[in-house]
Amino acid sequence: MIPELGYGATVAAFVLALWGAVAAAMSARTGRAALLRSGERAAVGAWALITACIALMLYAFLTFDFSVHYVAINTNRGTPFYYRITALWGALEGSIILWSWMLSIYTLIVVIQYRRRQAELYPWVLSVMLGILAFFLLVMTIPAPPFERLTPIPADGRGLNPLLQDSGMITHPIALYLGFTGFTVPFAFAIAALIVGRTGEEWITITRRWTIIAWYFLALGLLIGGWWSYHVLGWGGYWAWDPVENAAFMPFLTATAFLHSVMVQERRRMLKLWNLSLIILTFGLTIFGTFLTRSGIIGSVHSFTQGSIGVFFLAFLALVLLGSFSLLASRVERLRAEGVLDSVVSRESAFLLNNLFLVAAAFTVFFGTVFPLISEAVRGVKISVGAPFFNLVNIPVFLALLFLMGVGPLIAWRRASAENLKRNFLKPVLAGIITGIIAQATLRLFGMGNVLVVTVMALVVFVAGTIALDYFRAVRARRRSGDGWLAATWNLLLRQNRRYGGFIVHLGILVIALGVAGSQAWSVQKEVTLDKGQSTELAGYQVRFDGLSASEESNHGKVTGAFTVTNGRAGTHMLYPAKKFYPQEQTPIAAVDYRLGFFEDIYLVLGDFASDGSHATVKLQVNRMVSWLWLGGVVLTLGAALAILPDARRPA
Amino acid sequence: MSRRGRFVTGGLVIAAAIAYLIWSGVSQSVVYFVTPSELLAAPAPSKTYRLGGMVQAGSLTWEPKSLDLSFTLGDGKASVPVRHKGAPPDLFAEGRGAVVEGSWTKDGYFKASLILAKHSEEYKAPHDGAQPGYKELMKSLRGDGK
Repeated sequence: MIPELGYGATVAAFVLALWGAVAAAMSARTGRAALLRSGERAAVGAWALITACIALMLYAFLTFDFSVHYVAINTNRGTPFYYRITALWGALEGSIILWSWMLSIYTLIVVIQYRRRQAELYPWVLSVMLGILAFFLLVMTIPAPPFERLTPIPADGRGLNPLLQDSGMITHPIALYLGFTGFTVPFAFAIAALIVGRTGEEWITITRRWTIIAWYFLALGLLIGGWWSYHVLGWGGYWAWDPVENAAFMPFLTATAFLHSVMVQERRRMLKLWNLSLIILTFGLTIFGTFLTRSGIIGSVHSFTQGSIGVFFLAFLALVLLGSFSLLASRVERLRAEGVLDSVVSRESAFLLNNLFLVAAAFTVFFGTVFPLISEAVRGVKISVGAPFFNLVNIPVFLALLFLMGVGPLIAWRRASAENLKRNFLKPVLAGIITGIIAQATLRLFGMGNVLVVTVMALVVFVAGTIALDYFRAVRARRRSGDGWLAATWNLLLRQNRRYGGFIVHLGILVIALGVAGSQAWSVQKEVTLDKGQSTELAGYQVRFDGLSASEESNHGKVTGAFTVTNGRAGTHMLYPAKKFYPQEQTPIAAVDYRLGFFEDIYLVLGDFASDGSHATVKLQVNRMVSWLWLGGVVLTLGAALAILPDARRPA
Repeated sequence: MSRRGRFVTGGLVIAAAIAYLIWSGVSQSVVYFVTPSELLAAPAPSKTYRLGGMVQAGSLTWEPKSLDLSFTLGDGKASVPVRHKGAPPDLFAEGRGAVVEGSWTKDGYFKASLILAKHSEEYKAPHDGAQPGYKELMKSLRGDGK
C-alpha cells in the first residue's frame, strides 16, 4: 500500500507546485489576486503532501515494510530504532524527500511572512520558490522515486551503511540541507527584484537575513560533518578536501562574500550587479554540489550511484544559470552604482578585497574538484590533485582573509585618514607582532616552532585586538551615560546586534583558525603492534594493550581491544577501540575510541589483530587543538544567532 | 591613471597572483592514476603515482611485528609488487580492488605511502560466507577472554 500512496502523494505534490509556480507568475503579470491565493494554497498543499511522504516513509521504516525498495536496501530487522529514523535520509531517494520537505517549509515561511508585504516582489518570489520545488519533486517522480515497490518482498532488508550508524546522522544532514535549501529564498528574491526591475535596497535587507540563516546552517553542517569525519571515519582528521566536502564549502564561501559585500551596497549603493551575481552563484553552487555528489561521477560515501539523476541536475543547473544571468544582463542599466570608490585605503576596498579572496578560494576549490573530471573527459588521463593542491593555494588566501577580518570592520568608509588608521590599528598590530615574536621564541624552546602557526597566532591576536579595542571604546562611551559594564555590554549586543553578532562570528572563526593551524602542525601519530601486556609511548602517553574481547550486538559482531592509557598529567584511563563486523559488508569497520581534551586528544584505532588475541596492531594519535574547532563552532553559532535577530537599532 | 583604472589594475594583479598560485599548485601536486601495465611500460622512479589494480590472490604478506605489508597489484596483463609500512586498512583484502599512492623504486617495487582501499557503495545482501572465518574468530576470542 505504502508505495502507491507515496507515489501518488509525490505526483500530486509535483502538480500542485507546478501549478502554484504558474499561478503566482500569472498573478504577478495580471494582478489578479485570486490566482495568487491559488498559488499560496498550492504551496500549502505541496507542503502537506511532502509531509505525508515523510510520514509514510517513516512508517515504512518503523514497521519494516520491505515492499518499499528504499526501506529494504537501507534497513534490516536488526537496525536499531534510532537509525530506522535517520535511515530516511541515509541514501539518495530519501534525502531528496528531506530536501523537498525543507524547501516546502521555507516556501511556507515566505508565504506567511511576506504575503501582506512586498506586494510587488512577493508573487515572483513565490513563483520561483515553487518552480524550484517542482524540480525536486520531478526528481522524486522520475529519476529517483523513493517509493519504488520491491517484488518479491524480501524477508529481511540489507541494512544501513554502517558508517551512517552514528548520532551525527541526525544533525549533519538536517543542518546541511537547511543551509542548502535556505539559499533558495535569497535567490528567489534576487530573481523577483530583477524581473520587477526594482533593484532598490529593501529587498537586499530581506535577502541578507535569509542568507545569514542559510549560511549559519551550512556552517553548522560543515562543522558537524568534520566532527563525524573525526570520530567515525578513524583517520584522525576532520577535513580532506573531498569533493563532497568541497561541494558544501563552495556556496559557503560565496555566501560569506555576499554577507560582506552587501554592507557596501547598503551603505554606499555600490556593487549591485556583483551582489546579485553572488546570490545567483551561491544558489547555482548548491545545485552544482548536489549534482556533483549525487550523480555518481565522483565516488564517496555520499554519492549513491544513480542512472539519470545527474542529467536532471545538470539540465536544471544550466537552466538556472542561463536564465538568471541573461535576466541580469538585461537589467544592467538599472544596476549602475550610485557611489564611487574613493580610496584604496577604505572600508569599501577592504570588503572588495575580502570578496576577491573569498571568490578566489571558491574558484580554487571548484577548479581542484572538477579539474580531474575535465582532464579525464578531455585528455583521457586520470589524475588527482588532492589535499596538497588545496592547501598550497588556499593557505595564503585564508591568511589574507584573516588579516582583512581585522581591517574591515574598523577602517573608515570612503577614505581612511592616517589618524583613523593609527587610532584603530596601531595597538592591535603591535600586539600581533609581539605575540608572534614571543610565540616563536617560546615554541622553539619546546621544539614546536612553526612559521605558519605563529603567523596565524599573530593574525589572531591582531584581529582579536581590533575587536577588543572597538568593544572597550563602545562600552566606555555607554558607561559615561551611567550604565554598568554588564548593562553596557548587553545594550551593545542588542542594539548593535548585527555588528556585534558579526564580531562574535569572527571570534569563532579565530578560534577555529587556531584549531586548524595547531592540529595540522602539532598532531603526532604512530602505528605499532603490541603483544598482550606490552606498552608503547607517544608524546607523554603510555599505552598498554590489555587484550581483546568479542561480542554480538543487535545487528553486528564486535571485537573490542582494551588499552590502558597513562599520562603524567591526566592520570590513567581505559580506551576501547573496536572493529565491527556487519553481515552485509565484506570487511570490518573500525570504531575509534578517544579521549578529548582542551589542548590534545588521545585517539586510538584498532587495526589488524591475532585471532587468539595475543597481539594487535594499533594506530595511536595525539591530535592537538582539534577541540578548538568545535569550541569555535559554538562561538560562531552564538554570533550568527545574534546577527539574525531583528535589527533593534533605533534611529538615532 | 584614473581611480577606477587603479582599482581594476590592483584587482587584476591579485587575480593574476591567484592564477599563478593555482597553476603552480597543480603542477606541483598533480598525481597521475596509472594501471600496473602503464607503470611498468615507463617506470619513472621518485615520481608520485596512484596505482590502481586488483590485489592478487596469494600475494599478500603481513608482518605485524615489523608492520611490513607487501602484495601484488595486477590488472590482468601486468602486476607490480607493492610494499607498505603499516597495517592493511579495513576495506583491503586479496581479490579486491585497491588504489595505492607512492612511487616506483630503483629496487624494482612500488613503495606505497598510502593505501586507498576501494569501498563499494552497493551494499551486498547478507549471505553466509561473507567475511570468512569471522565466526571462528569470534569463538576463538571468546575462549581467550574467559
